[in-house]
Amino acid sequence: MTSNEQGGTSVQHAVILVHSANHAPKAEKALQQAGITCKLIPVPRRLSSDCGVCLRIRRADQETALRVLEKARVEIEGVHEI
Amino acid sequence: MSKTIYFDNAATSWPKPPEVVEAMVRFLDEVGANPGRAGHRMAVEAGRVVYEAREAVAELFNAPDPLRVVFGPNATEALNLALRGLLRPGDHVVTSSMEHNSMMRPLRALERQGVEVTVVHCSPEGFLDPTDVEAAIRPNTVMIALNHGSNVVGTLLPVAEVGRMLRQWPAGAQHAAPLLLVDAAQTAGAVPMDMQADGIDLLAFTGHKSLYGPMGTGGLIIGEQVGLARLEPLKRGGTGSRSEREEQPTFLPDMYESGTPNGPGLAGLTAGIRWVLEQGVEAIRVREMALTQRLIDGLRGIPGVTVYGGLDARRQTATVSFNIAGMEPSEVGLRLDEGYGMMCRVGLHCAPAAHRTISTFPVGTVRFSLGALNTAEDVDGAVEAVARLARGAL
Repeated sequence: MTSNEQGGTSVQHAVILVHSANHAPKAEKALQQAGITCKLIPVPRRLSSDCGVCLRIRRADQETALRVLEKARVEIEGVHEI
Repeated sequence: MSKTIYFDNAATSWPKPPEVVEAMVRFLDEVGANPGRAGHRMAVEAGRVVYEAREAVAELFNAPDPLRVVFGPNATEALNLALRGLLRPGDHVVTSSMEHNSMMRPLRALERQGVEVTVVHCSPEGFLDPTDVEAAIRPNTVMIALNHGSNVVGTLLPVAEVGRMLRQWPAGAQHAAPLLLVDAAQTAGAVPMDMQADGIDLLAFTGHKSLYGPMGTGGLIIGEQVGLARLEPLKRGGTGSRSEREEQPTFLPDMYESGTPNGPGLAGLTAGIRWVLEQGVEAIRVREMALTQRLIDGLRGIPGVTVYGGLDARRQTATVSFNIAGMEPSEVGLRLDEGYGMMCRVGLHCAPAAHRTISTFPVGTVRFSLGALNTAEDVDGAVEAVARLARGAL
């Protein structure tokens, strides 16, 4: 996966899966408040058959992001590098 | 005829703040998509709008988490979810004699299925003694279900006192503390409420009264003491989550929110709650108390008029019930509308138990219910109109 928010050089991403689309805005808000860039994208089919959204972050932010979400009490279904 | 005086805010508030209308138009014009049903940017934005509504509700009531706010069309469905979802045959529930039928009818139906129901009697003014509630608790009592403010005479029930009593439940007791379900239809946004400090486990609210949102919005806030495994969903269906499974999800809020939500309504609800928070619930309460006392005193000063309830604005909402001697409530309502441009509600107000308590069953009362946008001029105009009717003038 070579896309990134700027469309420029390649950035490696990870996606965080949450329970449902109702949980995604809560997670998005927590990450944004912590200064972590994230984007809500459709859940990749190979990760889940869900029709909802997940959070795409930079792989480098993964550890910080998980700490932020735990503190914000957002339950996580999984983290995958893409 | 002079300007319209709208005194039916206990049924639904009117007018709405302009921000509410704007937010609903914006949702329909610009957001549009189905929240949580796709991953495209419009659906994601719709999901944010719904989440903002959860945040606003959680902030207003100090709910433990926005995701514990379950939306539905009104307080009635929220009460049905809590009552029918939690109560099983053999369980005992304590309620009051000031309840609306949205509480009483589900309870009476559950009673026929084997749920034991105790209705604690309130005083003729509509007040509930919290020690009577405590005395009604039995080993199989699983719930105390109370309205926070009467829709007939506005009297405030001591839900926080009951909540604190339940929080002091002895740790080694033989049975668990009952859950406290509060029907906040008449008080949400008009009377300060703190779900956690007041010990409220389940809070049913409506969006279209003193939260100034549109009809078709409301919900149930589910506290952390409520085991989800015990609370059966009222309905099951599509949630946008766990689509590969044919069983209902078991997490909040999806477990209790099947079907497409009311996107434009929730956008309006957020705007309504933000408007309330900007004014401040405490400030709205102080203003409404002053207007309510002015109304009570004005009506009491008219020969032939009986005002019901505690007659003390500090102990009630901005809802006042009265009758004019020798005149049917329906007649009063019709004359006020036709002769004075005054909108009010007459009759039993879907609360026969409350009317029996205050001895106005089956005739009912004339009900004036004020909102945050009413003025002293409205109150004075209303008192003058009632005085003219009572004098036999048109």
